[in-house]
Amino acid sequence: METKKHVSETTQDKRPLFFGLGFGILFGFLLHKGGATKYDVIVGQLLLTDFTVLKIMLSAVVTGMIGIYFMKSLGWIKLSIKGGSVGMNVIGALIFGVGFAVLGYCPGTIAGAIGNGYLDAIVGGLAGILLGTWIFAVLYPKLKDGILKKGDFGEITFPRLLKVNDWVVVVPAAVLIVLMLFWFEKAGL
Amino acid sequence: METIASIFTDPRWSPYAAGIGIGLLSWLSFLISGKPIATSTSFAQTGGMIEDFITGGNAQHRPYYKKIKLKINWQWMLVVGVVIGSFLSAIISGDFHLGVWVPSLWASAFGDSALLRVPVAAAGGIILGFGARFAGGCTSGHGISGTLQLAVSSWVSAIFFFIGGIITAKFMYLVIA
Repeated sequence: METKKHVSETTQDKRPLFFGLGFGILFGFLLHKGGATKYDVIVGQLLLTDFTVLKIMLSAVVTGMIGIYFMKSLGWIKLSIKGGSVGMNVIGALIFGVGFAVLGYCPGTIAGAIGNGYLDAIVGGLAGILLGTWIFAVLYPKLKDGILKKGDFGEITFPRLLKVNDWVVVVPAAVLIVLMLFWFEKAGL
Repeated sequence: METIASIFTDPRWSPYAAGIGIGLLSWLSFLISGKPIATSTSFAQTGGMIEDFITGGNAQHRPYYKKIKLKINWQWMLVVGVVIGSFLSAIISGDFHLGVWVPSLWASAFGDSALLRVPVAAAGGIILGFGARFAGGCTSGHGISGTLQLAVSSWVSAIFFFIGGIITAKFMYLVIA
């Protein structure tokens, strides 16, 4: 019995890996086609001279949100919400933002930039990111009960926080994002 | 005239086409794998695997690596896939650039020396990797997958990613350069 269980677990383990690779290939393909594997496009967004990155992100969010909440209402999927706190998501995100501008890539787009052949991403950026995550792992025991817990808000979504039906948030959020994208185009951004 | 083939060999698509494509991909990833698209944990796992390799198993005892588990999983393969997918798109559209050390926007402000760009990229990477794990996610995990699920932690993170990024980029290009 033991060995049989073990065998079925290892064969089940292969399928998710295969799908992960497939989703990654499509994601990388789309990131490159959108231009998001390029330093100039990413830093152009942070300098507010090129709005490509926000256009990609916001159109992905509005498309994704409607489909995900539709499938959730049918009971097909469950959400996967990250917990958070003021310490994590304000301080941590500000640190991330500094690195985002200095490097000019983020973890997803640097993988894309590596595929695109950019050597500053391969030689400098990738080594830096690996080292940065390791420093966090070393400091984690000191951080986890202190700053990472400051102002904890748990694994919560806006509809749950506001205690309303999902669509009461989804519909206005979708409308606002679409209006924002129209405004970008009208302003020539 | 646009043909099906020429769409794939175009070096750039409308950002909306790419964005909607990523949104549709998120539907499939939830439906088929029950997981959102995210990338930064995989870098932390790789860092731990490297420490394990160098020290002969030291990293496994760190509480953080026990939490994220040092093994090749769905999301780790996804990051490998991103490298391959971007490579395929770049190659078929004639946009593969092996040999570029310094991006042109950087060169316009700070010069075209790789000896400056590469150490700065590495320093930026350290800050980015540390911040991504501090915030519990990056521009994909929080910025796209978390915000599209309307997660409070992800909207807060995404907004502060850009606040930190915009201030730093403006400082670099307007004050230092």
